[in-house]
Amino acid sequence: MGDLFSNLSLGFGVALTLQNLGLAFLGCLVGTLIGVLPGVGPIATIAMLLPITFGLDPTGALIMLAGIYYGAQYGGSTTAILVNIPGEATSVVTALDGHQMARQGRAGVALGIAAIGSFFAGTVATLVIAALGAPLTKLALVFGPTEYFSLMVMGLVFAVVLARGSILKAISMILVGVLLSTVGTDLETGEERMTFGLPFLADGIDFAVLAMGIFGIAEILRNLDHTESRDVVRQAIGRLLPNRDDFKQAYKPVLRGTLIGATLGILPGNGAVLGPFAAYTVEKKLAKDPRRFGRGAIEGVAGPESANNAGAQTSFIPLLTLGIPPNAVMALMVGAMTIHGIVPGPQVMTRNPDLFWGMIASMWVGNLMLLIINLPLVGMWVRLLKVPYRLMFPAILMFCCIGIYSINSLPTDVMFIGLFGLVGYMLMKFGFEPAPMLLGFVLGKLMEENLRRALIISRGSLDTFIDRPISAGLLLVALVLLVLALLPSIRKGRDEVFTE
Amino acid sequence: MKKMTLALAALVGLAATGVQAQTYPTRPVTMIVPFAAGGPTDVIARIVSDHMSRTLGQQIVIENVAGAGGTTGITRAAQSQPDGYTIMMGHMGTHGAAPALYPNLKYDPTKDFAPIGLAAGTPILIVAKKDFPANDLKGFLDYMKANGEKVNMAHAGVGSVSHSTGIFFNSVIKAKPTMVAYRGTGPALNDLMANTVDFMTDQIVNVAPQIQGGNIKAFAIATAQRSPALPNVPTTKEAGLEGYEVSAWNAMFAPKGTPPEIVKKLNDALVKALDDENTKKRLLDLGGVLPTGAERSPEALQKLVESEVARWTPVLKAAGATAE
Repeated sequence: MGDLFSNLSLGFGVALTLQNLGLAFLGCLVGTLIGVLPGVGPIATIAMLLPITFGLDPTGALIMLAGIYYGAQYGGSTTAILVNIPGEATSVVTALDGHQMARQGRAGVALGIAAIGSFFAGTVATLVIAALGAPLTKLALVFGPTEYFSLMVMGLVFAVVLARGSILKAISMILVGVLLSTVGTDLETGEERMTFGLPFLADGIDFAVLAMGIFGIAEILRNLDHTESRDVVRQAIGRLLPNRDDFKQAYKPVLRGTLIGATLGILPGNGAVLGPFAAYTVEKKLAKDPRRFGRGAIEGVAGPESANNAGAQTSFIPLLTLGIPPNAVMALMVGAMTIHGIVPGPQVMTRNPDLFWGMIASMWVGNLMLLIINLPLVGMWVRLLKVPYRLMFPAILMFCCIGIYSINSLPTDVMFIGLFGLVGYMLMKFGFEPAPMLLGFVLGKLMEENLRRALIISRGSLDTFIDRPISAGLLLVALVLLVLALLPSIRKGRDEVFTE
Repeated sequence: MKKMTLALAALVGLAATGVQAQTYPTRPVTMIVPFAAGGPTDVIARIVSDHMSRTLGQQIVIENVAGAGGTTGITRAAQSQPDGYTIMMGHMGTHGAAPALYPNLKYDPTKDFAPIGLAAGTPILIVAKKDFPANDLKGFLDYMKANGEKVNMAHAGVGSVSHSTGIFFNSVIKAKPTMVAYRGTGPALNDLMANTVDFMTDQIVNVAPQIQGGNIKAFAIATAQRSPALPNVPTTKEAGLEGYEVSAWNAMFAPKGTPPEIVKKLNDALVKALDDENTKKRLLDLGGVLPTGAERSPEALQKLVESEVARWTPVLKAAGATAE
């Protein structure tokens, strides 16, 4: 324990120097601003700003890049809440209830609880990394393809619970999502699947393209359909910050979300994406009145947002302790480290303790900065909603197009968001929920690849999923959840919601 | 009349390029890196271009256009204006293995480019899980012979360096391990460290930290000399394996038709960067191997591309590793 404190004080000594404080602030600010632009996620941002860090010392550079990462993560939630465009897989669920809150004039409360929940989750996650980072690495190694497949199965069951209304529709949307995820070059054989020989489909459909079209563009179309609902938002902006009742409702979801997100964040292969979905499912299951979910329940923002931030933070554990990046953003951080002459790996902790602990301390500093930057900004963001929609939607459309183009520089991506926008609009009209489809899309690829990997390694024996205890446990949880969802009594409850 | 106008236009065009070449570069140069930011090729491109920008007096802006084993970015770069303002960092895969892997490839590595020069290569290592029941290359090869398909070999996806070099390795030692594909080196290494898969071949940049940390075993390095980064790892030849020397080279190209004066300016800037002590040190720290004097010219690069295409095509085709 003494070690922990001396290490942390070393870290804060590094993180609290004037230069590093400034860099953390700059990183968070830039990250927030860019994250707010739809489509421009942390990967594009960090890649663009990487050269700027060349002149800095490695610790300062990494502190700034990490700041951009959480800033962008946070900024993505802002667009999810205000305009229903989740910039990333992790903010899809935030859009569900967050945007409903905004429509009811509670945008400020939603943004506020997201900021506060994220700060709390970030603080806890920083402590977890500092105290348990090294031993927790083992968890990442326990999760092989078999465990991963079972985890994804559990994730898909979450998707069923996620949806409002008809289970049949939810399941069909999940399956469509899984199908969409199979477009592209097959990993094992290199064959192209469902690409119709079109070169821009060879690498599959980008998540950002699908999410922006299905959520963002479709939302614009729907709003243009009946403009009167926007006027309601304009009239009643409501309180800017959460009050006591809001906190009372939100503190437990924040705690649970933090726990769920922090655990899933450590897993390799982007386990963090499951965090917000899992948190949302748990809140919905625990709620006295699950019908409020999807209609602006504050728990539906507080839980997933905390899970999101906790996961974003703990996904640094495999990177810092093993040098193995669990997702694309972390892979970019590895590149940033190597460019600065630090080879990431298990030795970083002993060879560059000031960098290692400085970065951990700066995570907490960064979270504090985000709170400081964002709470005053809440008022500004909410005022954005007052802008007449006829002026706002062309701006949103333009930013969507620029943002999506900046990711892969593909003109076809811009056309694709239009296409998916139309599809999303039609789905909405027919009463299908887009969220389960996105989850199916995100998890489908991971699920298929890990299933095949696990079966190749087990030489085709399905027993491997039952023989391995963690995998068996996860499958059991999935089964229980599924039975609960399908139980007649619950189904009746769901039908009521749907027909109402 | 039409003909004359055309001829005149061509003449004016030529004159314009001549002037352009003298004053080149007057605006930032875009270098397309056909892989995601942060990977070995991207890191090498950024280190080298950082110094080249200072020599050229104009910023070299890196644009990452990833996809289809790097061929998406190279296709785009090959089709851009040959005016020296779009160049690219190609590598062993895009300019060696790609013709065998992608039958519909829209460029010919040997014909559609104006080579600039070789930047740096990263040697390939043969690595295995910590618990592998062998401690040197000989023991490993014996085990492979005895167990064949029971051994699991990891790679980072069709078209990746670990995939091509792995297939080449299997053809040299005449073994057929079961191939397990991952999306990128990170997850593959994760499972190697967790003892889920048995072995893989990959670039030194990716595996050196895990070898130094004792998380995986290294049997041999596929170069003529040992690497200063891993002095204890023998070369394949020292360990008794002939015919497996391979490195993931990275080299700069311009689209075909780029004026030779511009190519020369870029080559000079590249060579100057490779001679710079600081740049050199950063590349060597990565475990990179720098080209020797004779290997740095555009002509040498053209020869290298031709020999690499000739080397990879039969190996990959024989393994049926075609992407279609």
